Formats: sequence, C-alpha cells, structure tokens
Amino acid sequence: MNNPAITKIDFKALKYIADGGAILGSGGGGDPYVGRLMAQQAWGSNNTVAVIDIDELPDDALILPIAMMGAPTVMLEKFSSGEEIPKLISMMERFLGKKVAAILCIEAGGLNSTIPFIAAAQMQLPIVDGDAMGRAFPELQMVTFTLGGIQATPMAMMDEKGNGATFDTISNSWAEKLARALTIEMGGAAMVSLYPVTAAQCRNYLIRGSLTKAHRIGQIMAEHGANACAALVEEFDGTHLFQGRVRDVNRVSEGGFARGTVKLEGLGDFINREITLSFQNEFLIAREGDNVLATTPDLITLLDIFSGDAVTTELVKYGLPVNVLGLPCDPIWQSPQALEIVGPRYFKLDYDYKPI
Amino acid sequence: MIRVGIDVGGTNTDAVVMKNDEFLGGEKSPSTPDVYTGVELAVRGALARASINANQVDAVMLGTTHFVNALVERKRLANCGLIRMCLPSGSSLFPFADWPNELVEAINGTFHLVNGGYEMDGTEIAPLNEEQLLKAADELFEKGCRQIAISSVFATVRNDMEHEAKKLLQKKRPKIDVSLSCDIGRMGLLERENAAIINASLKPLAKEVVEAFQKLQGSVGFDCPLFFTRNDGTLIDANEVLRLPVLTFACGPTNSMRGAAYLSGIKDALVVDIGGTTTDVGEVINGFPRLAGTSVTVADVRTNFSMPDVLSIGLGGGSRIRPEQPLAIGPESVGHELLQRAYIFGGDVLTASDLAVSIGRAKMGTHAAPEIENADELKQLLDQIISDAVARTRTSDKQMPVIAVGGGSVLLGAQVDGLEVIRPPHHDLANAVGAAIAQISGEVSKVVSLSEELDRETAIAQITQEANEMAISRGADITSLSMLSLSDVPLSYLPGNNLAISVTVVGDLKMEQRK
Repeated sequence: MNNPAITKIDFKALKYIADGGAILGSGGGGDPYVGRLMAQQAWGSNNTVAVIDIDELPDDALILPIAMMGAPTVMLEKFSSGEEIPKLISMMERFLGKKVAAILCIEAGGLNSTIPFIAAAQMQLPIVDGDAMGRAFPELQMVTFTLGGIQATPMAMMDEKGNGATFDTISNSWAEKLARALTIEMGGAAMVSLYPVTAAQCRNYLIRGSLTKAHRIGQIMAEHGANACAALVEEFDGTHLFQGRVRDVNRVSEGGFARGTVKLEGLGDFINREITLSFQNEFLIAREGDNVLATTPDLITLLDIFSGDAVTTELVKYGLPVNVLGLPCDPIWQSPQALEIVGPRYFKLDYDYKPI
Repeated sequence: MIRVGIDVGGTNTDAVVMKNDEFLGGEKSPSTPDVYTGVELAVRGALARASINANQVDAVMLGTTHFVNALVERKRLANCGLIRMCLPSGSSLFPFADWPNELVEAINGTFHLVNGGYEMDGTEIAPLNEEQLLKAADELFEKGCRQIAISSVFATVRNDMEHEAKKLLQKKRPKIDVSLSCDIGRMGLLERENAAIINASLKPLAKEVVEAFQKLQGSVGFDCPLFFTRNDGTLIDANEVLRLPVLTFACGPTNSMRGAAYLSGIKDALVVDIGGTTTDVGEVINGFPRLAGTSVTVADVRTNFSMPDVLSIGLGGGSRIRPEQPLAIGPESVGHELLQRAYIFGGDVLTASDLAVSIGRAKMGTHAAPEIENADELKQLLDQIISDAVARTRTSDKQMPVIAVGGGSVLLGAQVDGLEVIRPPHHDLANAVGAAIAQISGEVSKVVSLSEELDRETAIAQITQEANEMAISRGADITSLSMLSLSDVPLSYLPGNNLAISVTVVGDLKMEQRK
C-alpha cells in the first residue's frame, strides 16, 4: 500500500471515499451516500477540502472529531438541519477555551466516513488523514484513543431541533451509555463531537492514512466493478472468504443494536458449502460450522457480485449473491488489551481472535 | 379465459391472444408516433390470427414504454414541485440532490420545506402548519406547477400527515394534482420523494395514454377490464395508472423475462432480449426476474422500487455497423426505420441485421445481403459483445440455458458464453406474452412489535394473510396465491423488538366472476 497521500478532496474524490468507506464499514456504519450528498450541499460547487498529515500540525493544535451517532437508518429519513455542526464546534471551543485547528474522522467506515467533510466544508478547516477505528464499530469507546487513555469527554451532542448537551463522564464506556440514551430521546440520531485531542496526544494512536486508504478502495471499485473483490484482496493483503447466495436473514433488535445472522449458500468455487455470518450492526464473525473464517476486529465485508458495491447488514436480503471479503484490521487492534474492547468475546462470541 | 397481451415498445408494438395456457395468435406492428394506430393494427391482427372476436376477450393487459421513454428523452413531462414536511429537520439535504440538471430543468423542478414529519416511533417532529403549507403551495402554483408531490419524514411509519396535507391543498386549489410519497416508495426519504416527483411529472401523460387505450377498447370492441402491467410483473387497474403511473414504468424487461420463461417452459435461465436498438440481459428464477439488490437508478435518478436487475447494452437488429477499423456495432441504431434503411430491405445503411443474414444466422429481408468485407471479424465482435453481457449477468458457472427473445434475437449464434441458446416459439412476442400472463398482487408493509405471544413467524403469517386478502379483493384466484417477496427489518432504538415486515403475494386473475 504505497499510494501517495491525498491532499485535496473534490466531489469525485469524495465519492471514492464514500464507496471505500462503505467497504471499511464492514457491513455497518450506514450508507455513506447521504453523508456525501450533505457534504456536497454544504460546500457548494467548485470547492475542495484540504487533507493534511497529522505531523503538519503543531503539538498543541486542537483537533475535533465530528460524527453521527445513532441509527444510520434514521439518517435515511430524517436528515439533519445543517445547523448542528457549527453549534457543536462553538460549544466545544467554549468548553475547552481554545480554537479548533482541524477536523478528524473518528470512524473511516460507513456514514461517518463522509460526515466530517460536512464539518470541514462548513468551518473551512482542513481534515486530518487518519481515523481512530480503521473501519466501523458499533460503540463509542471502541476507538484506538481508548487504548491511549484519551477521554471521550468533554463531548457535545446536538439534534436537528437545536437541543444540545455536553457530557463529562468517568469513562468512555459511561460516555457510550449516557450518549446512546440521549440519542434515543433525540429521535434515534444526533451529531456529536467527542475525543477532543491535541496533535501531540493523538499522534501515537491515530490510524494514519485512513482517508487515503478509503479513497484508494473507492478508486479500485470504480476501475474493477464486479471484480473489485479480487483486486482489493490483492492490494490490501485480504482474503476472499466466500462467494454465495443469501439463504436466510434473521434479525432482532436489542438494546438499540441490530443483531442477527445471515446464512450463505456457496456459489462458484464455494459450491456445496455453507457459512453463517453474525452481526451487531457490523459483521462480527464468519463461520463454516465450527471453523472460524474470520472474526472482529478484522473486517468482514459483503460485496454485491454484480455491481461490486458493499452490502450493509441493513440491506442484505434473501437471494442476493455476494462475495465475502476479509481485510486485516490495523495492527493496533491485535494486542490483548485491544481485543478486550473489540475482540469476539466482547460481543459474547465464544471464540478466540485468529488473524486472517 | 381469453386474454390479450399488448406491449408497446419504442420500435414495435406487439399483441398476442392467449386462451388459458395456449397461445392462439399474435401480431407485430411498427409503433407509430400517435401510438394508437400501431396498437390498433397489432391488436386487430392478433385477434384475426387467433380467430377470436373482441367481445370474447375476458381481459386486456398492457405494458408500455411510454413513461420510461418520456423520462429518458426528458419530453412530455409536467412541471412539478415538491413540498417536504420535515422542518426543523431536513435542511442539510435538499430535494433533487443528485438529479441530472437537464431533468430538473425539463420538469421545472422546484421545492419547499415546511414543518412536519414524524420521528421513527410515529411522534411528530413538528405539527403540520396549514398556513405555511398553503403558502408553499401558492408559490409553487405561481411558478406554474399543477403537479405537486408531497413527502414527509417517516411516512413509511405513519402516512396521515401526507394525506392531511393533500386534503388541505386540494380544498384550497382544486386544480392541483397531488402525488404522495407514501403511496409509492419505501424507506429512504430521498429515493421515495424522487419516485413521487417522477410520478407527478408523468401524470398528464398517463391521462393521455390511458384515454387512448380506453378509446381503443371501444373501437376494437372489447367488453372487458383493461389492466396495465407493473414493474414487478403484476397488474394494476387502468384507473389506478392515472394516479400512480410510476408503478408501471419499468414493466418492459419484466414482461419480456416472464414471457421468455413461460414460452420456453424453463423457470431458471438467463434471458437475452434483443430489440431494434438495445439488448436487455437478465436472469429469471422460478419464472420471475431476479430483482436488483439495493437502490435502482432510473433515467439517472436514484429510486428504491422493486425492479428487475437488468443489464442494458446498445446493441439491436438496427444497430449501425462500422465496417472499417476500428470496427463497431452500435450503439447508434436506425431503430424503427430498419425496414426502410437496412440493405436487406433495400436501404443503404449497414446494420446488425444485414450482418446476421450475411453470415447465415437469419433469413429475412426483401433484398440480398450485402458483401461485407470484415464479416468474420464483425461476427466475432458481435458474439463478444453479447457474451460479455451474459457473463456479467451470471451468478455462477452453473450451466443454464440462455433464452433468446425479441425481434433481434437472430443475431445470436447457437451458444453464448458457453451456454446453450434456446429460441422458444413466438419468441419475438415474449413481451406481449409476459403482459398477458401477468398476475394480481397484494402487498402489505407493517411495523409490528414482537412479544412472547407474537413471534416473528406468526407475525409474518398474519401479514401474509392480509396480503392474500388484498390480492383476492383485487380479483386474484384464492387457490393460486403464492409469496413473491418477503422482507423483515428491525427498527432499532424503539423500546422492545420492532420489526418492519413487508410481504408481496401473487395469484392468477380470477375470471369466473364476469358475465
């Protein structure tokens, strides 16, 4: 992966990032399409957003991550008002007594791969090439910053009606718990700013180059279409885990998360085989009987056989033929300490993590 | 039971007469600019060949490309405005986002956002503001909109605000025609309102088309109901088309695939439909087309209907050939002028049909096939183009037949991409046959709250029963009902375990009730 870092995002580049973000979403995080259109509306025609390397910023520069929290499905119906982000940022600046220097994407997978571009455009700020997940995860504390002892709070939340709140919690798990409860009251989705960091604080824990990676994935998808899966395996050291047709989707909604299983019946080279995928917003594990093909934190992504587009856990449906792509997670997630917060056992799956 | 199926395409209009499962006769006639003349010729021809009198016919089923062509050509579309009930939410993403500019201009597309809409649990985001709504409508009216589409946030959960808004609008301005998003699309505000806007833009044309066919009914002497075929291969009453034309606009490929499966007796196959200008390739599974997985783009606008997954390429019997290097076949076509302009019909344009005759794949025309210099290379190119399209449509290396239909199917050889090609009898009338065999559907979408008393299976069974009842009330035969599609998606962030279930069932049209 020796692609030159991107430095400027225009509409076309944003589309690549959105398509790549859908792959990095690992089935979750929502469809980045809506976020991309919102960013386009926010920055108007003929504009671009600057992308910078973290090392271009002085140690004391304040970086604010901006994200959407809640159910991405809600964002398909109830769009934000467009006022949330400037209000959030001024709340955070007041709270911290400092001006923000750059925007950060906290989650390079799913809808949140494009949301920070709305902020960067509205505030005319650069965006840092990196993120704190390298994919999508369902809970707020599941970020590399937690491993570095960086606090999620002070955190601010704002709904489309103009209601705002700030949080000051004793742990990142508490921030998750309280923020999620308020998200539900706000109608299922809200804009948040959390994990305010200085450049010095986050240098060691940032997953660098995530935007460049998402952009490159989108580019490969545009070039290879239906054959994108093979090309992505090649370029990102991934694994073609399976090819099959969806034979059953069983969903339940528990505690605000969409959980369930998907059964796939093999096609092509995988004929006469069957695998089961389990998900909690994102795909967590791919199993063939008791044999584990891949587990979180590695990425498990479905691609539509015909279009090569990513298929989210919300859109997966009976009869759909898909390729199952496994991509290695960032190495930072492989330590025992990291696996405690994002490994299979955290999701109550009785399996050990085995890197793909 | 005697049914007449009619397919109005860009190039030809086809009509067939079927008696139960038996094909009695059919006729192909060039489409005419006024539509009416071409249809009448085809219908009269088909009836004559079948030796059936118009008054013996029990039902007429019609599929037409009028609507999709109007959209693609950006012609004959009404000026439209959209009112979205969403404020204070919604301003971050305006309606018409991601539309091609020419299409927005063709319908003079304009919009207003007003208070209203629902949260996902059905509580109001804001109450409907009558004064604000009517003011928005006034402004749209002054800009020349007589067609107004209305959308509201989570209309899929609750649709009463859209209905209330329609009532208020029509009371104030009876001349305004209203399309509601809740009648048309599924979850996804942008895609649903896109569909509602398209519907609104097609309404005046729908009136013209329906009236033309009703007039035809009289002049030919039919004494039976007239149905249109919908995107999913089922039927809609002609009067409903006036209200919801968008539900019929992608019926062409569906009818052709259903017709191909029916005529060949093969339920699982790839279907290649070659017309005068384009070739559609799709897959049928159990006699129905495989549907597109996620959203569908129609005339460059993203919508979320259930539509067949079809690959369309610019190759047909009328495709122009460039015989010198670099060789090319299509996408330019002589279209419906094939019978005048191709060499084999005495014209002076080298077309794909000339090539087919020249290489011995077809016998047709009034004149001898021309000498073609690079005939072998062109033959390879032709096979390559079709093989590529078929290969892209296949889901596996499993052997399955390719059913070739449509007037241009003579272009195909004996094999495509290593698969056997089958040309069923009457293959050039597959679309009209697909229309004639269309069934009645019932579809119900509901949010249910699962509990210990109500599990997922029971809830699905209850909703299936409601869908069955809807199909029966529309005229379906109870003994023929079967499930066409089922989806259940949970709504997270609601207390309890809530599931949005949607079921579509289909059945044959029941005829005993008539006469």
